[in-house]
Amino acid sequence: MSLSLDHYLIVAALLFTIGSVGVFLNRQNIIVILMSIELMLLAININFVAFSQYLGDIVGQVFALFVLTVAAAEAAIGLAILVGYFRNRGDIGVDDISVMRG
Amino acid sequence: MTSFLFYILSGVLISSAIMVVTTKNTVYGVLFLILAFFNAAGLFILAHAEFLAMVLLIVYVGAIAVLFLFVVMMINVEARQVQPVDCNYFLMGTFVGFVLTAELVIVFMSWNTSPEAFELIFAPQDGFSNTRALGSLLYTHYALIFQAAGLILLIAMIGAIVLTLRQREGVLKQKIGDQLARQAKDSVQLVDISAASSFPNSEPLNVKLQE
Amino acid sequence: METLVTLVVFLPLLGALLSSVLDRRFSQAITCGFMGLSTIFASILFVKMGLQEKTLLIPLFKWIHVEFFEVSWGLLVDSLSLVMMAVVTLISFLVHVYSVGYMKGDRGIPRFMAYLSLFTFFMLTLVTAPNILQMFFGWEGVGLCSYLLIGYWYDRENANTAAIKAFLVNRVGDIGFVLGMLTLFVLFGTVDFLSVFELVKDYKDETFMFLGGRYHALTLISLLFFVGAMGKSAQIGLHTWLPDAMEAPTPVSALIHAATMVTAGVFLIVRLSPILEYAPLARELITLIGAVTALMAATIACVQNDIKRIIAYSTCSQLGYMFMAAGLSGYSASMLHLTTHAFFKALLFLSAGSVIHAMSDEYNIQKMGGIWKYIPITYVLMWIGSLALAGIPFFSGFYSKDMILEVDWVSILPVGKVAFILGISAAVLTAFYAWRLLLLVFHGVPRADEAVMGHIHESPPVMLIPLVVLGAGSLFSGYALYDLFVGGSTSFWGASLFVLPEDEVIEAAHHVETWVEWSPTLATFVGIGLAYWLYVFAKNWPERLSQTFNPIYLFLFRKWYFDEVYNWLFVRPSLKLAKILWEAGDKKMIDGLGPNGVAALSVEGGRLLCRFQTGYVYHYAFAMIIGLVLMIGWYFWM
Repeated sequence: MSLSLDHYLIVAALLFTIGSVGVFLNRQNIIVILMSIELMLLAININFVAFSQYLGDIVGQVFALFVLTVAAAEAAIGLAILVGYFRNRGDIGVDDISVMRG
Repeated sequence: MTSFLFYILSGVLISSAIMVVTTKNTVYGVLFLILAFFNAAGLFILAHAEFLAMVLLIVYVGAIAVLFLFVVMMINVEARQVQPVDCNYFLMGTFVGFVLTAELVIVFMSWNTSPEAFELIFAPQDGFSNTRALGSLLYTHYALIFQAAGLILLIAMIGAIVLTLRQREGVLKQKIGDQLARQAKDSVQLVDISAASSFPNSEPLNVKLQE
Repeated sequence: METLVTLVVFLPLLGALLSSVLDRRFSQAITCGFMGLSTIFASILFVKMGLQEKTLLIPLFKWIHVEFFEVSWGLLVDSLSLVMMAVVTLISFLVHVYSVGYMKGDRGIPRFMAYLSLFTFFMLTLVTAPNILQMFFGWEGVGLCSYLLIGYWYDRENANTAAIKAFLVNRVGDIGFVLGMLTLFVLFGTVDFLSVFELVKDYKDETFMFLGGRYHALTLISLLFFVGAMGKSAQIGLHTWLPDAMEAPTPVSALIHAATMVTAGVFLIVRLSPILEYAPLARELITLIGAVTALMAATIACVQNDIKRIIAYSTCSQLGYMFMAAGLSGYSASMLHLTTHAFFKALLFLSAGSVIHAMSDEYNIQKMGGIWKYIPITYVLMWIGSLALAGIPFFSGFYSKDMILEVDWVSILPVGKVAFILGISAAVLTAFYAWRLLLLVFHGVPRADEAVMGHIHESPPVMLIPLVVLGAGSLFSGYALYDLFVGGSTSFWGASLFVLPEDEVIEAAHHVETWVEWSPTLATFVGIGLAYWLYVFAKNWPERLSQTFNPIYLFLFRKWYFDEVYNWLFVRPSLKLAKILWEAGDKKMIDGLGPNGVAALSVEGGRLLCRFQTGYVYHYAFAMIIGLVLMIGWYFWM
């Protein structure tokens, strides 16, 4: 069938869900969390671009560009924090981070 | 044709996203992330957003994913053993995921554009390429936000440096400035030695150092 | 005149309040001083107003004023209240002075004097009350002071339990008082005495619904008030508190449990004479109960060994006499006996206090003996009191007791004859136990040990002078007041007592047969002879008698087992019920749902909430996603 807006949106929805589920269902390490965040942002971008195409509005792509910028900045900082954390702890397993237990 | 391409691209996208989340080897995860980005770029091209697709490849794949790989290699992440899954939690999580998907899908099925939206559209002028259209908008109406985005990147860079810079103890480095600023009186000392002393003797010379 | 009355009533209150904040010497001086002033004023009033039979109503200030119910504080001064005021103030003053000597060295003297004065204030309020509500105020007040004074030595466990017992048994009587008061109000629409007394004759055939049955209203009121009087005056059934109240210091026993508080019940009945006259059934019951009490208490007194308890049971018995007369419409005879009894009973109690003081706080008469040489003044005074109690001619008790028995004989109610027989029997026993006391305490071979005997000393003058005054009263008050109170043609009482013409007994009592007139005296001499025989001539007989008739002896010694029966019937079930209510009801239910429950709830709630803080970041992210999902769902639903 012909492509319509809904197809893109469903793909974006699935991607977003996978990303958010990945935040809390993973058992490995923090890098997976960061990657899941990237997936979520990617889903948002797909959304913006789809809307931009079907409304004929270029602003969607502009905004997607900005989202991309912020995602890059956030990934960099996140990884910097991760590196600092690793230096202190020596391990980045998710199950060991329970310092805030209470 | 387009739709066929669309299904392939989105299928690979979804499955590689799933693999990112569930793989045991982190390096594989990063590589699957790169694959997902590629497919997303393909989707963008299908949606006539070529500039964005290329930018996605350059920035996301070329910079961010490579950064991920750097960090993964540096940290030397090991492949973990499979932890015993906490059933309740796992089911609950997937259930929440299903619910989230269902909600989003329902939203998508039942929305419609409001009439005012059509007045707000910045439609690209005919004949402009995608890149040009973006440029014409970005440097005029959204110039300030553009600058702000640059500022964000600057901050991120500074932040990353500040967070990871550390002074190591015991590292000997050359301090060029100190080297060049050395004076003769700090390094060379003239000592008087009598000529009639026994030179070829194996007596050690008693040299008094001038402080 | 009005100011004098007000001063008489309120000076003791002022004394009490001042005494509670002053030190020992000042408190004694002020309370005795104020009490002395009250006494002088009361005597002046008695002479000026009482002998001229005036009635005076002094309003003080408003108390309750709602639509249909008005009660004001006031002072009603008529012959009845004048007599009571005079008696109360005089005895109270003498007891105040006596306490200065008796309580020497005690730690809390200001408190003691304050309580004594406070009690006097409440008693005076009771007797000068113009309405039943103010009388209830005084009624409760004297009960309170009785509790405070019995438990005065609060570090003694016996004193504390006796105080509680006195208060609780009084309370049971108070139920009757309150119900009577309420019935009175419902019936008459007012609680004011003078108004009620005017309305009584219109209501004499009214009936009243009570607990599902329809009863004659005035009889019901009389009986309910009599229940209150039984509690206060220790009649049979509600008498168990009086012997235990002897845990109080002796001046307290003399004031409260001999002369004033216990006579409040008699006063109540006499004050309500207009109502009582129209309730012959109630009066018969009053007489019967009084007579039975007189006999019962006398029997118990015969075998007791505590000197104060003997005198306490004697009080109980004499109160029975007073009720006997009151029930048969001999109100003035009852009042005469009240007055003379106040004198000689207070004398007996204070002399007993003197003896206890001399014997270094020994209470048991079996451990005394042969001390009359050492404390002659006390000995003589005790003789005077006993002679008055027994009713030997010319002593005060003779006049009043004889009057009562004559009234019993001439009454038209059949129960009068029964009361006469019981009264004569009680008279025999009264003389017996009085002389038993005298002989065992003062005569014979000393049974106390060397240390005590070496320590015997006569009481100081501050204690002896009140005794002498009381002795004079015991000697002369009967003769002096006989004509005034119960003389044939006296109009002393005026409107304060009311007797229906057909019940007029006082006049008839003066004209009884000679044998009736002299039978009490004969009974007394029989009793005295019996006492002498058992305790002087045949000294081993008491021992042998008690062995042979051991069940009877035990029955009497254990006070007719009233305490044991009450304990089994009321005290233990109440304690059990209280325990259940406390543990299950209060602790588990109310505390569980209330403070403890709420506290536990917050603790448990906190613990529950703690489990959300696992410390794992991904759990927190999960929570955020759930929140997000819920929010989206909310918007759907909207």
